[in-house]
Amino acid sequence: MASITDETAEKKTSPVLPSLLRGVRWYHVVVAALLLIYPLIATDFWTVQIGAQSLILGLIGLSLMLLAGYGGMVSLSQLTVAGLAGYLVAIFGNAEWPAWLMLVGAVSLATVAAVLIGWISARTSGIYTIMITLAISVAFYYLVLQNDPIFNSFNGFSGVRPPEVFGVDWRAPLPFFYLTLAVVGACYLFVLYLSRTPFGLALQAVRDNPRRMASLGFNVTAHRVAAHGVAGVLAGIGGVLLVWQNGQISPGSVGIGPVIDILILTVLGGLAHPVGPFIGAVIFILMENFAIDLIDRERFNTVIGAVFLVIVLFSPDGVLGLWGKLKSWLARQSARNRVDQW
Amino acid sequence: MTAAAALVAGAGAATADEHPIKLGGLATLEGPFAVPGEDGIRGIRMALEKFGHEAGGREIELITASSDASPDSAVNAARRLVENDEVDVLVGPLSGSEGIAVKDYAKNHPDTTFVNGSSAAQRTTLDDPSENFFRFSTDGAQWQAGLGEYAYEEKGYEKVAIVAEDYSFPYSLVMGFMTDFCALGGQVVEKFYVPLGTRDYATTVASIPQDIDALYVALGGSDAINFLSQYQQMGSAKPMIAGSITVDQSVLGAKGQQRDYLAGTITAGPIADNWDDPKWVEFKETYAEMFDDGLPSPSLFAHAYYVNTLAVLTALDEVDGDLSNGQQAFREALQNLELETPTGTISVDENRNAVADIFITEVVKDGEGGLYNEVVKIVPEVNQTLGQPEEEFLANGFASRDNPSCP
Repeated sequence: MASITDETAEKKTSPVLPSLLRGVRWYHVVVAALLLIYPLIATDFWTVQIGAQSLILGLIGLSLMLLAGYGGMVSLSQLTVAGLAGYLVAIFGNAEWPAWLMLVGAVSLATVAAVLIGWISARTSGIYTIMITLAISVAFYYLVLQNDPIFNSFNGFSGVRPPEVFGVDWRAPLPFFYLTLAVVGACYLFVLYLSRTPFGLALQAVRDNPRRMASLGFNVTAHRVAAHGVAGVLAGIGGVLLVWQNGQISPGSVGIGPVIDILILTVLGGLAHPVGPFIGAVIFILMENFAIDLIDRERFNTVIGAVFLVIVLFSPDGVLGLWGKLKSWLARQSARNRVDQW
Repeated sequence: MTAAAALVAGAGAATADEHPIKLGGLATLEGPFAVPGEDGIRGIRMALEKFGHEAGGREIELITASSDASPDSAVNAARRLVENDEVDVLVGPLSGSEGIAVKDYAKNHPDTTFVNGSSAAQRTTLDDPSENFFRFSTDGAQWQAGLGEYAYEEKGYEKVAIVAEDYSFPYSLVMGFMTDFCALGGQVVEKFYVPLGTRDYATTVASIPQDIDALYVALGGSDAINFLSQYQQMGSAKPMIAGSITVDQSVLGAKGQQRDYLAGTITAGPIADNWDDPKWVEFKETYAEMFDDGLPSPSLFAHAYYVNTLAVLTALDEVDGDLSNGQQAFREALQNLELETPTGTISVDENRNAVADIFITEVVKDGEGGLYNEVVKIVPEVNQTLGQPEEEFLANGFASRDNPSCP
């Protein structure tokens, strides 16, 4: 008996783990180690406000990267899905639901919303997808702004804190950072893994040529809706972390500004690889916090805009694209050197 | 690398009292309230200038941060000031819902003292207040104290309809007006709450009942101008009672045929542009001297930030810059302050909210085709519960869309 169960268990898990570990290089280990040590040397502000927030916004950006980078669908509703999850955590928290039920409920409902959004927008493409998802974001913003009984209109909810589990105050800087790091790290690895699964490959094929995929018998719409669903889970988790980090949520959290911010930081980092949104988020948050120190306080938004313009101007693929260019340039240089030596 | 630099800065700050006191200034320097936000910072700078950038023998260093009027950005900016720049005292933020969020944030940082900027939500200090959050400016309901009584008794308005923006600050204004007005027997037959930034008011104007004596309008900036021009174009306009931010210079100075209509409009607020008290005149003149790029007259935002910063500096002087022991002495000084300001003496109650004078004004023609707000009455020492005992006031609930009501 035992050997049989062992075998099946092995069959199920074995393809996952090696394929997860296959892509691991030395720099992955270095980055992971740095992230683990980071809060021990940084102040609380750098731990939570810069570190954890970059991870959280990066995670919401990652859900957009999954849709836009792998699926070719630029969605402006990812922050809306995250915001919905955040609102649900606040609402269920006020209703004093048990912690696990609150989390499962919030993320599942946000995922259902994401699937619905995907279902509405999956038959469109390009600019029309952007328009539809933007319309949904705006509609949600006005809904929470004007709905008093459920969403508490303009004031939203404040004083939202993570539940105390195992006697740990999860909102204290160190535990919150590690909680965020663990959750976001798991999501990141999941997306890396997903991109190599049959589903992920089919999604990328749908992005490149939906007609050919349809003629091969793939259900294009179903793949797109499913991608929205998966991205919805990621965004929902990001939304939960975001409301815990800010301690509050209100219509301003899901307004047009933050919705566009997610697009900006994702494009800024680059859509080619899941790490892009995280790089973008770090740059975005550093700019947002410290641009005011670089220049006169009335002009600091100009600095932020200028940096974004410069990056996108010189590299349409974001910071990742710059890195790609640098690598190929280095490769050319070394090749030339070798030729010279011969 | 920058993280390491921040660490070093943090370690340096732990030494004795020789280093300057860090004052954080938080205002909305971006988004729809950027102009009021800049005026708020001007208020802080006026107070610092008055004290020669020094209080209690210690130099004051000002560090500013910006929000965009959303609670999120206010908390982010506050976090930056408190956790990264390690300010000793934070002055801000500007708008109502920001204030509520910063008050909640203050609870987690008991070693820093938070003093309000100009935000005027009722709940900030009345609902679950924070031990280290002080407000030397008044809230929206206080701003309208006495206006209802003046409208009912002096103007003879008995039936009123209300048009206001749909968020916490106008709710507070409406409550301030209705508390007096309804107690005297006035009727508010209908309330229209419109979203911020509405441009087309045709349906609202068409639904305003005709059998009213006056219309109470609590709209700000461009909303007010859009509404008022459409209301007059559609005929038979009733006299107006205005919320504190409705008839400022941007509305009074707007061109068009509204002069006759606006004359006679009554309003109330924490300041009055054309008050002839020497202290206020001096304040106005200092403002004009210091800022070439300023507004024609200091706005209520400049005033509120000025008063709050003044309270901080005065209390610091009283305790000789002593911020030890969790700033205990400093906070006691703040609590017991009798602050002399350009608009009279201000003190704080046990919830650390201001008790201050409120000005009732009426729009009059200046004889040269212009309009200005003339002070008709000063309501002395308005407290946050508008003179009622706290339990009685709280029993009626906080200001909201439907509260209060008196049809």
